[in-house]
Amino acid sequence: METIVEKSLEDIFEEKIASEIRIEPKDWMPEKYRKTLVRQISQHAHSEIVGMLPEGNWITRAPSLKRKAILLAKVQDEAGHGLYLYSAAETLGTSRDQMFEDLLSGKAKYSSIFNYPTLSWADVGAIGWLVDGAAIMNQVPLCRTSYGPYARAMVRVCKEESFHQRQGFEIMMTLCNGSEEQKEMAQEAFNRWWWPTLMMFGPKDEESPNTEQSMRWKIKRFTNDELRQRFVDMMVPQAEFLGLTVPDKDLKWNEAKGGYDFGAIDWNEFWNVVKGNGPCNKDRLKARNKAQEEGAWVREAAMAYAEKAATREKKSA
Amino acid sequence: MNKKEWPLWEVFIRSKQGLDHKHVGSIHAADAEMAILNARDVYTRRMEGVSIWVVESSHIHASNPEEAGSFFDPANDKVYRHPTFYVVPAEIKNM
Ligand SMILES: [Fe+2]
Ligand SMILES: [Fe+2]
Repeated sequence: METIVEKSLEDIFEEKIASEIRIEPKDWMPEKYRKTLVRQISQHAHSEIVGMLPEGNWITRAPSLKRKAILLAKVQDEAGHGLYLYSAAETLGTSRDQMFEDLLSGKAKYSSIFNYPTLSWADVGAIGWLVDGAAIMNQVPLCRTSYGPYARAMVRVCKEESFHQRQGFEIMMTLCNGSEEQKEMAQEAFNRWWWPTLMMFGPKDEESPNTEQSMRWKIKRFTNDELRQRFVDMMVPQAEFLGLTVPDKDLKWNEAKGGYDFGAIDWNEFWNVVKGNGPCNKDRLKARNKAQEEGAWVREAAMAYAEKAATREKKSA
Repeated sequence: MNKKEWPLWEVFIRSKQGLDHKHVGSIHAADAEMAILNARDVYTRRMEGVSIWVVESSHIHASNPEEAGSFFDPANDKVYRHPTFYVVPAEIKNM
């Protein structure tokens, strides 16, 4: 007779994680894993949605019809990304309304980068090139994250991101090949966005308490500092190509590590923006709340119409 | 806030004539017509589809993953359902 060793649900879960089998919505999972994912995926979704605001600010003022059409398509993509991600989060048992409520009340966080203003057209170029570039760096490993619906949403997102980065780079390139003023505009935008973009990867590893557990659960595949380093190494040559100066006097190639050493990040600024005191935090929440309130009658009317149509259909059947 | 959330719909897309519809994700909408329009805007911005199905999520019934082992067990030991189970002499061609 064989003795059947009863495996606990937790063992089965851990085995799946170890052998790279994706976790699916109805599978048993530790409560903490579920909570971590709901927090991360909804924050990610909120970032896509709030991320439309700084760029949306320039749609009506884009310098040509071509640029306007491109920017509009990019911002639409970001709306789509938000929706893919909200529906991935919903598979974990939270609701769309709950997530919206948390965003609108200021309880939920979103990427701090979107609390900075877009002062000139060059900022739209800098966002596409730098911010979407950093997003790609973060998101590509998430295509292999251990939760199935999140991984699948990320595959769809990543397919669309590379156009975002390229259109931004093209804007920067056009400005850099333009007049002295245009080149200056590009440099100023670069100066504004460089450091906040480096902060997008999150706090230093030793100050990121969730990283270790997330790596163990294979939600995250690389640490914040690893991704930040890769990003710097990728971007510096691109900046050089554009003829832009990286606003960091400590930036230096380090032959031994095969990467760049770079200056200290102002973490006070980072935490300050996270806590709600960035230049645009209040504006962003105000804009989202306004959209939610002003759209309420449309949502209610659509629901009432659908219900009425359904009863009518029942009656005539 | 509007307390009555629009229902959730699962979206299936046929990427090319001749292929199956495949699940791509979900969407909120007040009714089926709106679900199809929203699904088009969210899931086919780059010609990813030629046809869309939507089904209200609450109408989908699924097998239980915790019982997957015993549930699919009957198929597990029937190697003779596969052509490789049978020995075909080398002289026999086209089989
Ligand atoms: Fe995005
Ligand atoms: Fe993007």
